[in-house]
Amino acid sequence: MTMATTTTTDPMLPRPYLVRQVAKETPDIFTLTLEPENDPNGDMFLPGQFSMLWVFGVGELPISISGDPASPDRLVYTVRSVGQATHSLVSQRVGESVGVRGPFGAGWPAEVARNRDVIVVAGGIGLAPLRPLIYHVLGNRRDYKRLVVLYGARSPRELLYRKELASWARHHETQVLVTVDYGGLGWRGHVGVVTTLFKYARLQAPRSVAMICGPEIMMRFVARELEAQGLARDDIYLSMERNMKCGVGLCGHCQYEKHFVCKDGPVFRYEQVRSLLEKYEL
Amino acid sequence: METLEPIIANHPFFAGLDGGFTNLMVGCASNVRFQAGDYIFKEGDPANTFYLIREGRVAVEVFAPQHKPIIVATLGVGEILGWSWLLPPYHWKNHAHAVEDTRAIALDGKCLRTKCEQNHDLGYEVLKRFARIIEQRLEATRLQLLDVYSARR
Repeated sequence: MTMATTTTTDPMLPRPYLVRQVAKETPDIFTLTLEPENDPNGDMFLPGQFSMLWVFGVGELPISISGDPASPDRLVYTVRSVGQATHSLVSQRVGESVGVRGPFGAGWPAEVARNRDVIVVAGGIGLAPLRPLIYHVLGNRRDYKRLVVLYGARSPRELLYRKELASWARHHETQVLVTVDYGGLGWRGHVGVVTTLFKYARLQAPRSVAMICGPEIMMRFVARELEAQGLARDDIYLSMERNMKCGVGLCGHCQYEKHFVCKDGPVFRYEQVRSLLEKYEL
Repeated sequence: METLEPIIANHPFFAGLDGGFTNLMVGCASNVRFQAGDYIFKEGDPANTFYLIREGRVAVEVFAPQHKPIIVATLGVGEILGWSWLLPPYHWKNHAHAVEDTRAIALDGKCLRTKCEQNHDLGYEVLKRFARIIEQRLEATRLQLLDVYSARR
């Protein structure tokens, strides 16, 4: 994985950011755009890193950055409203202040993927942590060969970034395939779990690196399918999600056997976590 | 004029099939076309055919009373549509319609069942290939049932 980019200020100290936009993606998923109150340049971040977002008076949440790493002056987060803290976060109004710590963690291995095909497999809101990588590849198109994006969601109305998915597909040497688990009669796209898309993806395993993000069971099935397609385990990366608190590997809340997800991850090589993915108790 | 033999022989479902078996298949095969929106079969109808999709896309749908129909799978180029012809009572269990203009090879299930009964080596080959498809779709259905993207898991 890529070495972490971290802030030079105290990592435990939230910095004030202003909410610039809140956009509704799906009935319960929102994308927030934040800008720093004091530092117009913002913080550099790597695709796959996350921040701790502090909703004042409510609590702190680990959220992956979903914006373009080439625009560090704005931090973009895509958040599902599932509990009190996330509901408060997505209910912030433009101009209100949010505390930000980070960026934290090891990101997607963009360097490892140079001059190779990049296969991105996302499920549900798992597309959000992968979007910065897609921006990075499209923004540095000559550094990479083919880009294949396979994206699965629960239903058509739960698809994220629909316009962007269509625009990515228009790029040179880029294939974007989208599927939903269930579709109504009005849906004219693919229906089936995300692994059913592999038969339409023109993969060339030996020159490919795959990055996966989604529910763990989905990642397990996808990794298995990628292996069946001929990808080496060392060329498969996935992003884990655990209960991150401190963000710097001190508190132990996100411990995943010998790993701290906040510091050693959230992106891991499949080989590092493969056996853990099949343990009931983890 | 293009014969059906190379089309069947080159279809992924029949990859590696003995040439003699392919000839037996050709005797049960015909070209078919469906326009977008056409129903290919409906639940409960006699199931005496299966299809090798050559072009286009087909949706398999399920409906329940007082619910809108939902599409549970789409099938595209290189895939197989239908296995109800293989097992009694030979009735379709779902609806299927063409999402796009679709070209396919239709294989007459009655004809093929007869040939499989007469030639068990052919029957075993056909069953092995369908068993693989059924296993893949069963696994996909299990994943769908898990509803992994739901926030309320």
